[in-house]
Amino acid sequence: MTAKMEARDLVVHYREKVALRSASLTIPENQVTALIGPSGCGKSTFLRALNRMHELHDGVRVTGKVYLDGADILDPHVDPVEVRRKVGMVFQRSNPFPKTIFENVAYGLRVAGERNRAVLECRVHESLEAAALWDEVKDRLHESALELSGGQQQRLCVARAVAVRPEVLLMDEPASALDPIATGRIEELIVALKEKYTIVLVTHSMQEARRLSDQAAFLYMGEIVEVAPTPELFEAPRQPRTQAYLRGHFG
Amino acid sequence: MNVGDRALRFVSGLALLVVLVAIFAILGIVVVYGAGALSWQMLVDAPSSDLAGGGVMPAIYGTAACTMLMTLAGVPVGVATAVYLAEYAPQRSWFATAVRAAVRSLAGVPSIVFGLFGLGFFALFVGGRIDGMFYSDATSPVFGRPAILWSSLTLAVLTLPVVIVTTEEAIRRVPREHREASYALGATKLTTIARVVLPHARAGILTGVVLAVSRGAGEVAPILFTGVANYLPRVPTDVRDGFMHLGYHVYVLATQAPDVDRARPMLFGTVLVLLVLTLVLDAAALVLRARAQRGTRV
Repeated sequence: MTAKMEARDLVVHYREKVALRSASLTIPENQVTALIGPSGCGKSTFLRALNRMHELHDGVRVTGKVYLDGADILDPHVDPVEVRRKVGMVFQRSNPFPKTIFENVAYGLRVAGERNRAVLECRVHESLEAAALWDEVKDRLHESALELSGGQQQRLCVARAVAVRPEVLLMDEPASALDPIATGRIEELIVALKEKYTIVLVTHSMQEARRLSDQAAFLYMGEIVEVAPTPELFEAPRQPRTQAYLRGHFG
Repeated sequence: MNVGDRALRFVSGLALLVVLVAIFAILGIVVVYGAGALSWQMLVDAPSSDLAGGGVMPAIYGTAACTMLMTLAGVPVGVATAVYLAEYAPQRSWFATAVRAAVRSLAGVPSIVFGLFGLGFFALFVGGRIDGMFYSDATSPVFGRPAILWSSLTLAVLTLPVVIVTTEEAIRRVPREHREASYALGATKLTTIARVVLPHARAGILTGVVLAVSRGAGEVAPILFTGVANYLPRVPTDVRDGFMHLGYHVYVLATQAPDVDRARPMLFGTVLVLLVLTLVLDAAALVLRARAQRGTRV
């Protein structure tokens, strides 16, 4: 098992407040790492530091290291654009652009300078297949993405993210706004995507973390309390705070 | 219904009536008297030298050309300023706050002041400098005199606040999720602005353009000293030419014509043409905007 990403002593300040204190985590390649914990515990903050999305907000300061294949992506000399091409992201609320289905999936390729129509068509097809959406939309690629259902929109966002062929996919509670059937499809998709991508999944659902992940990390109050292979974390948590959380004592 | 409600209903109904009468008095009279003077000849001919005969074609052309030049000059600057304020200036920085305050106070400056500014800054200072640098052997000023170019630029400055304020608001209304999605796909700030933010804000930007055009087409004071002429039957073919303008022509017909009484039918006709032109411009811009709004939903 190789480490695809590694966070070392990651500290995130939001203005004067500490949002994440000295978090270290190894993210193994082609596995699903789940981040669980009560809301406000810092799991989304941690996730956003992994592809430098935190830089879009004023007042966020990050120190520490995040290695991707051994190179520190937080280094100021590294272009965040390059980082985000390798480390893609799917958000909690599906956020397709008000463009056609085709243009949504092609967006990342177009901004990377791809103009060849045949290449675009091929990658859009391939990405929609990968997101298990092709059969539902193949006849209406040039209709608005906003006419899709919530679950379809979220799978479209997955297709859009994989179209640029990232190596890591960060997913921030991708199923939290979906009904149970759509959630089931997203979960199947995450399992299938693990073959090709390293996935970091933030979720508020312990069942989901348990079903999908290979490794799980429990965060509490801006701290990584415990990291373990998923069955171990859920069956035999070592830390009292993890035990209390899993028994439903808080959060 | 109690007495207070009835009274309020009566008073507000009365106020509405006053407004309707005022609108009818303006539009009705203009249409009734103006329609009589309106003819094909009036739209395509230059005015006769006493202004009472002929047509107002040079003024129609001048108004359209001036408004178009104004839009071409003002809108890009206004949109770029709004992009800077919304996207690049640090939020809550004293600099951005000061610029916004300055833009808002610019909107409150009386238009005659813009006219004087246009004459002093554009025509005499900028134009004079250009002449000094490139036309030092010319006997009369080439750029350093009132011209349609300077009128358009003055109007552009006058309408900048509208464009800036509406564009900045439109840019701020672009959902954060869309920007984040764009960045997460490896887009730079420039690409995100060009491909996500501005297309999404298109309807709002066009609203600003609508407001700017309809204001700019009707303003007379800013062009008074900067390029408009009483009588110039030839249409301008160069940005350095003077021009006639419908709004100004109304003033000229009403007060400066050799025989004001004989020019009166022409006066009403001109007012009607001016109203129709601004209404058409507004309608065109509204259609554009409606289209753009539909566009953001596709």
